[in-house]
Amino acid sequence: MAENKLLVPDREAGIIGYGAYIPRYRLPVKEVARVWADGKGGLPIHEKAVTGLDEDVITMSIEAARNALARSGIDPTEIGAVWVGSESHPYAVKPTSTVVAEAIGATPHVLAADWEFACKAGTEAIQASIGFVGSGMADYALAIGMDTAQGRPGDALEYTAGAGGAAFIIGPAKDAVCVFEGSYSYATDTPDFWRRANAIYPEHGERFTGEPAYFSHTQTAAESLLEALGATASDFRFAVFHQPNTKFPMRVAKSLGFGQDQIEAGLLVPEIGNTYAGSAMIGLTSILDIADPGDRILMVSYGSGAGSDAFSLRATEALPRRRGSAPATLIYVKRRTEIDYATYARLRGKLVLK
Amino acid sequence: METSQHWRLRKQRYALVGEVCPHCESKIFPPRDICPDCGEDAREMYQFSGRGEVYSHTTVYQAPSGHAENVPYPVAIVRLEEGPLVTAQLTDVGDQPIEIGTPVEMVTRKLGADGERGMLVYGYKFRPALVER
Amino acid sequence: MTKKPDAVVVAGVGMMPVGEHWDLSLRQLALEAISAARLDSGGLRPQALYVANMLSPALSGQSHLGPLLADFAGMRGVEASTIEASGASGGVAVRQAYLALMSGAIDVALVLGVEKVTDKGSSQVQAALATATDAEYEAVQGVTPSTQAALLMQRYFYEYGPPEDSLAGFSITAHLNAVTNPDAMFRKAIRREQYASAPIVSEPLNTFDVAPLADGAAALVLARAAALPDGQEYPQVEIVGSATATSALALHDRPDPLDLTAAAQSAQTALMQAELSPEDIGLFELHDSFSIFAALSLEAAGFAERGKGWKLAQNGDISLTGHIPIGTFGGSKARGDPGGATGIYQLVEASRQLQGRANENQVPDAATAMTQCLGGSGATASTHILRRVT
Repeated sequence: MAENKLLVPDREAGIIGYGAYIPRYRLPVKEVARVWADGKGGLPIHEKAVTGLDEDVITMSIEAARNALARSGIDPTEIGAVWVGSESHPYAVKPTSTVVAEAIGATPHVLAADWEFACKAGTEAIQASIGFVGSGMADYALAIGMDTAQGRPGDALEYTAGAGGAAFIIGPAKDAVCVFEGSYSYATDTPDFWRRANAIYPEHGERFTGEPAYFSHTQTAAESLLEALGATASDFRFAVFHQPNTKFPMRVAKSLGFGQDQIEAGLLVPEIGNTYAGSAMIGLTSILDIADPGDRILMVSYGSGAGSDAFSLRATEALPRRRGSAPATLIYVKRRTEIDYATYARLRGKLVLK
Repeated sequence: METSQHWRLRKQRYALVGEVCPHCESKIFPPRDICPDCGEDAREMYQFSGRGEVYSHTTVYQAPSGHAENVPYPVAIVRLEEGPLVTAQLTDVGDQPIEIGTPVEMVTRKLGADGERGMLVYGYKFRPALVER
Repeated sequence: MTKKPDAVVVAGVGMMPVGEHWDLSLRQLALEAISAARLDSGGLRPQALYVANMLSPALSGQSHLGPLLADFAGMRGVEASTIEASGASGGVAVRQAYLALMSGAIDVALVLGVEKVTDKGSSQVQAALATATDAEYEAVQGVTPSTQAALLMQRYFYEYGPPEDSLAGFSITAHLNAVTNPDAMFRKAIRREQYASAPIVSEPLNTFDVAPLADGAAALVLARAAALPDGQEYPQVEIVGSATATSALALHDRPDPLDLTAAAQSAQTALMQAELSPEDIGLFELHDSFSIFAALSLEAAGFAERGKGWKLAQNGDISLTGHIPIGTFGGSKARGDPGGATGIYQLVEASRQLQGRANENQVPDAATAMTQCLGGSGATASTHILRRVT
């Protein structure tokens, strides 16, 4: 079954350039607990990244895209598609991608669109880019996963909903810093989390988001991909999963046979929170910052509603040469200004000003 | 509605695209089609690096309407490494003290919105250089 | 009578105190000042009205002030128009009237400066003021005239390294001069310690570096000397120098933002016309909407070397009995800042000095005066030199 569904393009594709972005503000989640739970209860992560007043998915995407472009070494006019996956696009109607394309100099002979599939909107864009490049329709496509996610004040989501993401320029394997060995997509209609049109905050199914949703989809996608490739966890030096909290990715990693040493590099959620469409992708950038040529990497995303994309990548000789052309993801992780709940409420537009 | 006014400026606003004078090599920002140094025609597009240093700076506490929700915000005149001065907000300053000479780099950020329902306006700001150079 | 029948002289002056005139509209303010000036002129009939104003379209929703104010001031039918050059509107309007009079096209002109700012909230006033900066490259970044002044002041301190409170003297002198001016907005002397502890407006600018923008109106009747009736009560004041110059609008478009080239150029031209040098000037009504501009104007006009303008505020050089008195009725800082009407207030005050009717604010033996107003951060500068005809 899985063999038939393995996604491999006619022309081998890879990542030509990658870039991350994380805003500098950090809310220690004990601040959320202080305001909403008398400081009691467990904390799913340590702290989360929060956007400044002048940031949104468009501005963050632009910086991540510029970082990816710097590492790619290509001219922005060579990019055939700019695709931005997010669930917090600044406009309900009007593309994020056109602003990003204009800002990086990829306009006007370019395909631009926004993608939406909860937290896997970014990896959907990667899948499409592989197909776009792999079919020969274009040489390069820019796929971005970026979010500054919403969480109702006091809700469980508010403890983890962070901001940030990553951009990848997909191109022919010969120029790549890592190549796609194959990918796999798995989707069902599973309503574990949603935000209705015009609603400010999303709703979620609490414990229903676990077994039938996150775990079932990520595990199936990963297992199917590994099976199709004839690989096992031990063949990979690194693995990165969608990270709604610290526990979920660690649990799915363990059940697939991955050890802590394989997932540590990509596990950023304790320090930056859940970056939704950016979550697995920014973890991958962190891995690419340290991976050696030949290393194999597994990336598995998860989007509520629900679906999972799994990718197998192999780092090339070009990776160490090109990674220095843009700031390492850890530089963004370590760049931090701690804020309290009041400042967080202001930055996130939770104060009534009108 | 100022939509078309902002749209017209998108290249320079989003990415600091200016001009270079084909006669005296002067780099020009904002673009003005006439070289301020030699007076000749200068319409060749030029992509500035975005790197520069603080020439002067201050902080705005009493903002004009349209910027009131962002106070306090730092504003600087930046000397771009290619020569021109440019006025812009500083952002992501954090705890770093800003001084004349502080290395800064261009980022594209939200400058404001054309009213509650209008378009979002994006443009250049500068932040302390992320990585020392 | 003057020896030169074609000379342009100040035939009458009038002004309203600068302040919060809640009960007066823009046209009422204008009428008060016009009436006072016309009365002072002995009833001369102006053939043209020049209105200096910068904020009426934004803050009063009213443009086309020429016919409106001509009509309401009882001059329906005369040639009338608005001159807008931001804070330099007044000086530029005087310049236009001067040119018309010099050309011989008209014999009597009325120049009015009027500003009504208290009908709108401070954020709207700040936004209106910001329209005098480069809308596409300064105002869009949240820049206002205060921001520009702060940027200049910061750079001035960096380049020349004067003491931290080196600009305090401008504010202290202005307030001291205003104590004896019954029309001044702030008639209270301030101490150096108060300056040092004043709240910050925009680092390093504090509240005492900023002139209070308020409502005001002032008017001048200017005439060719030949048109004056006999038996004038006061000594005649002649305009012997008149020049306007411009620089780049945006601060960042000037090669050296601390060099107010328009101010320097207009001062030099006006001095040349008057065949005078800075040492000959008895008093200088300069543009002190921000204290840094007082220092920069003194430097640009040739009263101090670059970077040393602040020194004149240390030892009484700028006081009423000093060698170059400035802001003799309190300047914009303490008399009040009437925006685009500033240039008219300056000429009214300078004329009163030269006519010997400055009362307790009289500069002893004042025979020549220079006035200079700046638009924006000095993008426009208009300089006039007045001389008492003896």
